[in-house]
Amino acid sequence: MRNTAMNMVHKLAARDERVLYIGSDPGAGTLRAMSKEFPKRHLIEGISESHIIGMSAGLAMEGFVPYVNTIATFLTRRCYEQVAVDLCLHNLPVRLIANGGGLVYAPLGPTHQAIEDIAIMRALPNMTVVCPCDADEAARMMDKTLDWTGPIYIRLGKGGDAVVSKAEHGFEIGKAILMRPPGDVLMVTTGIMLQRAIAAADLLAAQGVRAGILHMHTVKPLDTEALLQAIRGIKLVATLEEHVPSGGLGSAVAETLIDKLGSGLPAMLRLSLPDRFMHNYGSQDSLLKKHGLAPNAIATSIEHALAASRTSAPQLHST
Amino acid sequence: MIQISPHAEAALTCTLDERSLYLRRLVLGSVRSAGRGHVGPALSLIEIVRVLYDDILRIDPNNPRDPERDRAILSKGHGCLALYALLADRGFFPLSELDGFCGSDSILGGHPEYGMVPGVEASTGALGHGLSIGVGLALAARMRERNYRTFVLLGDGEINEGSVWEAAMGAAKHGLDNLVAMIDYNKLQSYGPTDYVLPLEPLADKWRSFGFAVQELNGHDVGALRTVLKQVPAVPGKPTAIICHTVKGKGLPAAESNADWHHKNKLSDSELDAIRVAVGDF
Repeated sequence: MRNTAMNMVHKLAARDERVLYIGSDPGAGTLRAMSKEFPKRHLIEGISESHIIGMSAGLAMEGFVPYVNTIATFLTRRCYEQVAVDLCLHNLPVRLIANGGGLVYAPLGPTHQAIEDIAIMRALPNMTVVCPCDADEAARMMDKTLDWTGPIYIRLGKGGDAVVSKAEHGFEIGKAILMRPPGDVLMVTTGIMLQRAIAAADLLAAQGVRAGILHMHTVKPLDTEALLQAIRGIKLVATLEEHVPSGGLGSAVAETLIDKLGSGLPAMLRLSLPDRFMHNYGSQDSLLKKHGLAPNAIATSIEHALAASRTSAPQLHST
Repeated sequence: MIQISPHAEAALTCTLDERSLYLRRLVLGSVRSAGRGHVGPALSLIEIVRVLYDDILRIDPNNPRDPERDRAILSKGHGCLALYALLADRGFFPLSELDGFCGSDSILGGHPEYGMVPGVEASTGALGHGLSIGVGLALAARMRERNYRTFVLLGDGEINEGSVWEAAMGAAKHGLDNLVAMIDYNKLQSYGPTDYVLPLEPLADKWRSFGFAVQELNGHDVGALRTVLKQVPAVPGKPTAIICHTVKGKGLPAAESNADWHHKNKLSDSELDAIRVAVGDF
C-alpha cells in the first residue's frame, strides 16, 4: 500500500505540475525515480515536521499541492498546531501521507504506533481523513486527492495487505463502499480492518449469522447517507478499528447515529484497541489478535453482542 | 558580560516623528475602543511595519492579492495593532474599522486572520509559524520564477520556539535570498526580560551560524530601516535576518520596557491623559 501510494505521487506529479513530494527523512531511495525526473519537486527537508507543515502551507498558498510524507505519529503528534493552524485554519490543499497508521510499527513501540491519529485529525475543522484498505484502493484514492479542497490525512497500512477492494467499487472521497449487504449485523470498518471483517463475516455466515460490511474508508466526512441506509432492519452495528476507542470510527458512527436517529438506536458494539499505549511489540497482526481484533474474536464478540441485544433493551456495548 | 548594543541604546533615546506619533494614536485609539490590546508589542513594532508598508513592499491596496506583490507575514501576531494601523492608513480597509477592534462583528481580531483582513497574508497568533510559511512562499517564488519577496516579522520571545530554528535551517538550505526575517528585539516578553526567560544572546551570531546574512539596527530609526531594507538581500544567495533593537512600548513612557503593558485591559483616565501627553490628542 505504501509503495503504491508513493508511486502515485510520482504519477500525479507527471500529470500535474502543482504536485510536490516533501519528505522529512524517509527511507533511502524513497521516490528515487521522481527525484530524477522532477528534482525540483522532490524535496527532502529534514526531521523538522513542524517546519515542514508550515512550509507546505506557504507552498500551497502559492498554488502547489504538497504531499507531505513521514511516519504517522510524527506527522500528527509532533506538528499538531501547525496542522491545525497552518493547514486547517487556512484550508489549504496539503496531503499528509502517514506511513504506518495503527500498529504497523508494532515492534518499534508506542512512540511509533499511531493509535489515536484518526481522533486528533478528525477533530480539526476542514480536515479530511482517509484510510484505504489495500494497495489497489490506495491507488484509486490517491487519484482523487489532486483536486480535493482542503487538507487530507491519509492513513496508510504497511503494505502487502491482502487486496480485497475491487475496481468496480471505484473510489470517491467521503463515499463509503458497501462490501456485503447487511443482514442481522452491519460491520463498519476502516483501513485494514476490512480484511478482518470479511473473514469474520465468513465465520459468522457459517454460524448462520448474516453480517454486512460497510467500508468507511473516509472517516471524515463520514458518509452519513450510506450508514443510515445500511442499518435499516439490522439488529446490531459493529464498528471495527485499529485505534483507541475515543474519537475514531466507532465514535464517528455513534455520534452520527445519535444525531440522526435520536431514539430507536440499534444495538452497537465498538471493537477497538484499549484506551492505553501498547507495551507489547511483536507484529501488527499479533497485537490486533491480542486485543480481540482478529477474525475469530470479532465473530465471537459479534455473536455475544447479538445474543445480548435479543434479550435486553437497546444498549451500547464497548470493549 | 553581555555587551549592550549601541543600537539598543539608540532605540531607548531616539525621538519619534509626527507619522510615528500618528500611527501610535491609531493603535491606542483601538485599545481605548476595545478596552484591550497588546500595547507594548505593537508600539515596539511600529517603525518596522511603517517602513515596510510605506517604502519597501510592492503592494497595491486596491489589489491585495496581486500575484506579483511582496508578501509580509506578521509572525508575532499579537503585534497586530501596529499592522492594522498601517493597513488602514494605506487604504486596505477604512480607518473606522480600527474602532471595532476585537468586536464581535469586526474584521480585526486580537490576532490577524487571513481571509478576514485585506492585506493579511496568514493567520498568526500561535508563535513560531510564520517563518516556515515564509520559507514556503519564498521557495514557491523561486520555483515559479517570480520576483516577489517575502518578509517575516518575528518577536524575540517568539524565537524561543524551536520551529523558528527549523525554518531558519530550511531557508539557508535553499539559499532563499528572497526571504527576510525581521526580529523585533525589544528584549521583554510576556513574563519579563528575554534574558531571564530564555536568553537569546549571542543573537546575531545565532542567525549567522544558521546561514543568514545578518544586519543590526535601531528598529525605531526610520532612515536606518529604509537603508537596510532597500539593500536586501544583504548577501546574494543567503536569506537575510535584520535584528531590530527596539523598546517595548516605545513612545509611551509608562509603557516603555514595562512588562505590565504587554497586554493592557481598560485604560484609566490618568493613563489616557499620559497617552495624550506622549503622542498627542486621539
